[in-house]
Amino acid sequence: MGRKLLLEKAHVEGIRYYDTYRREGGYRSVEKALNTMSPEQVVDEVKKSGLRGRGGAGFPTGMKWSFIAKPEGIPRHLVCNADESEPGTFKDRYLMEFIPHLLIEGLIVSSYALGSASTYIYIRGEYAWVADILEQAIAEAKQNGWLGKNIQGSGFDCEIYVHRGAGAYICGEETALIESLEGKRGNPRIKPPFPAVKGAWDRPTVVNNVESLAAVVPIINMGGEEYVKIGMGKSTGTKLISACGNINKPGVYEIDMTISVEEFIYSDEYCGGIPNGKRLKACIPGGSSVPILPANLLLKTAKGDTRMMNYESLSDGGFATGTMMGSGGFIVLDEDQCVVRHTMTLARFYQHESCGQCSPCREGTGWMHRILRNIETGKGKSSDIDLLWDIQRKIEGNTICPLGDAAAWPVAAAIRHFRDEFQWHVDHPEESQTRNYGLAHYADPLQVPVTA
Amino acid sequence: MIQFSEEKLNKVKEIVARYPEGKQKSALIPVLHIAQDTFGGWLDAPVMDYVAGLLQLEPIEVYEVATFYSMFNLKPVGKFLLEVCQTGPCMLNGSDDIIAYITEKLGIKPGETTPDGLFTLKPTECLGACGYAPMMQLGKTYREHLTREKVDQIIAEAKQQ
Ligand SMILES: Cc1cc2nc3c(=O)[nH]c(=O)nc-3n(C[C@H](O)[C@H](O)[C@H](O)COP(=O)(O)O)c2cc1C
Ligand code: SF4
Ligand code: FES
Repeated sequence: MGRKLLLEKAHVEGIRYYDTYRREGGYRSVEKALNTMSPEQVVDEVKKSGLRGRGGAGFPTGMKWSFIAKPEGIPRHLVCNADESEPGTFKDRYLMEFIPHLLIEGLIVSSYALGSASTYIYIRGEYAWVADILEQAIAEAKQNGWLGKNIQGSGFDCEIYVHRGAGAYICGEETALIESLEGKRGNPRIKPPFPAVKGAWDRPTVVNNVESLAAVVPIINMGGEEYVKIGMGKSTGTKLISACGNINKPGVYEIDMTISVEEFIYSDEYCGGIPNGKRLKACIPGGSSVPILPANLLLKTAKGDTRMMNYESLSDGGFATGTMMGSGGFIVLDEDQCVVRHTMTLARFYQHESCGQCSPCREGTGWMHRILRNIETGKGKSSDIDLLWDIQRKIEGNTICPLGDAAAWPVAAAIRHFRDEFQWHVDHPEESQTRNYGLAHYADPLQVPVTA
Repeated sequence: MIQFSEEKLNKVKEIVARYPEGKQKSALIPVLHIAQDTFGGWLDAPVMDYVAGLLQLEPIEVYEVATFYSMFNLKPVGKFLLEVCQTGPCMLNGSDDIIAYITEKLGIKPGETTPDGLFTLKPTECLGACGYAPMMQLGKTYREHLTREKVDQIIAEAKQQ
């Protein structure tokens, strides 16, 4: 069994409510931080822990916190990013739904570190019932003296507010999120200025993912130096992975980043293998934006090393033969799935979610979707594959925010590794409407245990 | 008359107070949610104008926002809005079949509403329930692990309400 820091108690009966959560040791990190540490010491512990942002980019959280500007007399804000809209990702929802006080606890300690007296949780609008759960947890925390004025006699004041979005993936991007929090359309801002200097209402602002902020609780409890010991290299601590697609046990798993991808997919502790004894074809391990890998490159790196479930190993080989940890949205495709169709749904997603500010993204996402739809429905031409490649290349790096890249990468990776399958659709327009391409040379080289 | 109840007006006040002084525009999205829930499940222009007045905004500031976010309906929708996710992970688990089945069962195409005004079918993009696919959003709740039988059940239950 791997080490669990976040979800260890998630299944204790009644843990959603304050009394149980407190009885199980909850809010100790707030006592420790507010009574025995300065805000700078909290930031230092988080720096020492090596915690990397869990929202997708993997930027070191402690370093991000140390960038916040502290102009005299201007309030600062912490904003928790609970927009969670990247296809394949549903880990933050799980944490907030089952153990909401862990997030509230992490938010109080983090707010103290950053000097935020008004902290906001920006949650995607569709998670309406989760917003209710959070509101209740906040009310309970307040009744018990963990929020409000002069918390635990420390002189620190803090309120947490839940702010529901209304359906827009782009509002997960931190500057779009800030615009949305200000009551505007979710159009990302041009950086600089960075939110740490000029964020919400032009005040210094830090935006962090739900899981990053929850991880502050075990870091403060055990100390950064202990936290570093869990995991491997620059992948410290534990990571939540939301696993979906063609697996026996879809769900949210906490891993300590020392296990292999193969173990994650096939062991009964995690995904439990692929249904009906089918073989693994491909996987997108970090949410829809990261490159898809065929089975052979997923389980072993190009150098032949076992691929592990951590930041460094997943990105080993760069985009040519590797992928990324991203948000931890782990999507598995079995031998009967069509890579062209799957890629088409992702292209449609990005077209739908583009905010429309930059022409390469606004026009390119729609164009890629239309071409992919043609190929998928047997109306494609060979030149379309090159055209797709060309369009994605012209989007990447030419836009205001990374959504453009996020739309380009899945298409690029699908063509890079599965070009034969695209070509087959073009060459066999009728047959491709009645059956799938199936496995090819990249088929799983391993014996697959039949688990269901 | 488009007018919130006393209770809802108090709620609006409470929401406005969450943001810095003079930044009541920040309350716009939360207040639009309340407006949509209160006034028939969609945002008609007079409703948006009312919200603009409440928050001391120009009507255009409200229209701009309402048109950006997919949860705000700018046309009337059925009493039950069936929002079925169709993105990759759900597709891998049969969301296309679920959409086709609803189309056939209710006799409406995606985006349409049944003549009795009860159901609207709206294919949507990832709702953060990928591990429990196929799924749909129905009001404030998610219905997950959908099958044809579950769809039958959901529709039957809705008709009884
Ligand atoms: C298009 C787009 C969508 C994003 N969506 C999310 C999201 O839903 N949740 C999240 O935490 N970060 C998301 N991010 C990353 C945020 O911009 C930001 O980096 C993150 O919230 C920082 O938190 P972290 O350092 O704790 O990971 C998204 C980025 C982009 C470009
Ligand atoms: S890259 Fe796309 S989503 Fe990002 S700002 Fe430009 S148009 Fe908007
Ligand atoms: S893909 Fe359907 S909920 Fe995520």
